[in-house]
Amino acid sequence: MRSDNRPPLILTAGAIAGLLFLHLPILLIFLYAFTTDERTYQFPPPGLTTQWFAVAWNRADIWPPLYLSLRVAALSTVMALILGTLCAAAMARSRFFGRDQISLLIILPIALPGIITGMSLRSAFSIMDVPFSTWTILMGHATFCIVIVFNNAVARFRRLSGSIVEASLDLGANGFQTFRHVILPNLGSALLAGGMLAFALSFDEVIVTTFTAGQQSTLPIWMLNELVRPRQRPVTNVVAIVVFVTTFVPILIAYYLTRGGSETAGGGK
Amino acid sequence: MTLAADPARDPGHDGVQPSGAILPARGLGDRVSAVFWRHPNVLLATLLALPLLWLVVVYLGSLAALLMQSFYSIDEFSGQIRREFTLSTYAELLRPANMDIIIRTVAMSAAVTLGAVVIAFPIAYFAARYARGHWKALFYLGVMLPLWSSYLVKVYAWKLILAREGIITWATDGIGASAVLNGILALPVIGGNSLSTSYIGTWLVFLYVWLPYMILPMQAALERVPQSMLEASADLGASRWQTMQTVVFPLALPGIIAGSIFTFSLTMGDYIIPQIVGSSRRFIGQAVYQLQGTAGNIPLAAAFAVIPIVIMLIYLTVARRKGAFDAL
Repeated sequence: MRSDNRPPLILTAGAIAGLLFLHLPILLIFLYAFTTDERTYQFPPPGLTTQWFAVAWNRADIWPPLYLSLRVAALSTVMALILGTLCAAAMARSRFFGRDQISLLIILPIALPGIITGMSLRSAFSIMDVPFSTWTILMGHATFCIVIVFNNAVARFRRLSGSIVEASLDLGANGFQTFRHVILPNLGSALLAGGMLAFALSFDEVIVTTFTAGQQSTLPIWMLNELVRPRQRPVTNVVAIVVFVTTFVPILIAYYLTRGGSETAGGGK
Repeated sequence: MTLAADPARDPGHDGVQPSGAILPARGLGDRVSAVFWRHPNVLLATLLALPLLWLVVVYLGSLAALLMQSFYSIDEFSGQIRREFTLSTYAELLRPANMDIIIRTVAMSAAVTLGAVVIAFPIAYFAARYARGHWKALFYLGVMLPLWSSYLVKVYAWKLILAREGIITWATDGIGASAVLNGILALPVIGGNSLSTSYIGTWLVFLYVWLPYMILPMQAALERVPQSMLEASADLGASRWQTMQTVVFPLALPGIIAGSIFTFSLTMGDYIIPQIVGSSRRFIGQAVYQLQGTAGNIPLAAAFAVIPIVIMLIYLTVARRKGAFDAL
C-alpha cells in the first residue's frame, strides 16, 4: 500500500466544501418557514412560530394547484410507464436499422432545454388552435417522463437473463404468460423506481408547464407567482417544504429499490 | 378441489395423450405469441408503434411547428400572425437589443460552465478515487439528491440567501467583511444593488442548480482512469500536480465536456433563475417567455428558441469529435 492513497488535504477540503455548498441552502427553506417576519427575508429570523402551517392549510388558493399537480403527475407517470416500458422492451436486446435514431429521439426531450420543448408545444397548439387544458400540460410531461422510465427499465431488461424467458417458453407458456409471470416480476422494482422518479420530475416541473398550462396553475406555477409577487412569504416556504418532501421521498425510495444494481436510478436526469 | 386444478382430469395436461410435448394452440394468446416468435420484427414493430407514434407526432411534430412559426411573422398593425414564409423574423434577431440578449446568455452559460468545472472537480475526483463503501454511497446520494430535488425550491433558497437583509449580509457584517461585499457589488457590470439583483447572484444560482450535472459525468470519466497509470506517472518522477495536468485531466476531458453540454444547454434555456435572481437585463429564455406570453409574438419567440438549438448542435458536433458521448 502506498501512502499516496490518502487524499491530499486540499482535495478533501474541496470535496467537503462542495457537498456543503450543495446541501446547506435547502436548510434555509425549513428555517424560514418558522420565521415571524412575513415581509422580508431577514436573517436571523426575529422570532419563531409554527402558525404558518395552519395559515397555509387554510389558504384556499393552494389546494386546487396541489390537486392539479398531483393529477398531472399521476397521469403522466402512468403514460410514461406504458410508453417507456414498451420502448425499453424493444430496444434492450435487439439491433435494428434506425435504433440509434430512436434512442436519440427518446432522450431529446430532456437533452434539449425545457424552454425548447415548452415553446415547441406552444407553437404547435397555436398553429392547430388547441385550447389549453389538463391534457396540454400532460402532453409535455408525459413526453419528458418517458426517458426516465426507459432508462430504468432498459437497464433491468439487459440484466434479465434471456434463459429464464426461454425456460418459460419451453415450459409451454405463451408470450403473454411469460410477460405476466416471468418478465414483469423481474422488472417490478425497476418500473416502480422509474415511476417514482417520473412522478417527482412531473410534480416539480415548471418550465415546460408555463408554456402548456394557459391560465391553469400547478403547484410549481403557484410558487413561481408567489416568488415574483410575494404575500405572506413564510406560507411559500411551507409549500416549498411540501414540494420538497413530495419529490424527495420518491427519489429516496427509487434509490433504495435499485441499489446494488448495475444502473442505480437517478444517475441521469 | 376444483376440476381444473386436478392435473389428472385437466384435459390440457392429460397424461394419456402421448404427444403432450407439442401442445395444441390454446387460444388467441398462443397464436399471437407464435407470430411474434416466428417474426421478431413484427414484435418489435408492435412494441415500438405506440411510443414512436407519440414521440414523432407530439414531440417532433412540435419541433417542426416551432421551426414553422419562426418563419412566420407578426402583422405590425393587427398583431395577428401572418402565416407566410419569411426571413424577416430572423432578421429581427440581429437588432442590437436582441443581439445583446444572445451574447449575454452565451457569456453567462460559458461562465457557469467554467465555475461548475472548478467546483465539481474535487467532489468528482474524491468520489471516484478515494471514497469507498459507505462513503461512496454517501457521495452518490449527496450529488443525486440535490440533482433531483425541486428546482423551484432550490432557486427560492437562494433568493433567501442573497436577499439584501439575508444570511450573506448578516455573515459578512458578523466577520467585519461588509466592505469586501460592498466592494464586489460596486464592480461594474457584474455588480449591482444587492447580490440578488446582480449578475454574480444569477451566476451563483445557475452554478448551484446545474452543478450535479457536471459532477456525475466527470466522476464517471475519472473512475475509468486506471490506478496503474497514476502509479506509472509517479514512478517516472512526476509530481502530483504534473500527474494531474498530464494524465488525469486529459483522460477526464470527455467527461468534463459531457457535463458542460448539460450546464451550457440548461443555462441557455432557463428563464426562471434570471427572473427571480438577477438584474432586469434579459436572457434568451426570458425573451422567449415574454414574447410568447404578454407580447403575443409567437414567431419571434420561436426564432429566439431556435438559437439555443443551433448553438447546441454546433456544441454537440464538437463534443462528439472529442469523444464526449462515450462518457455520457
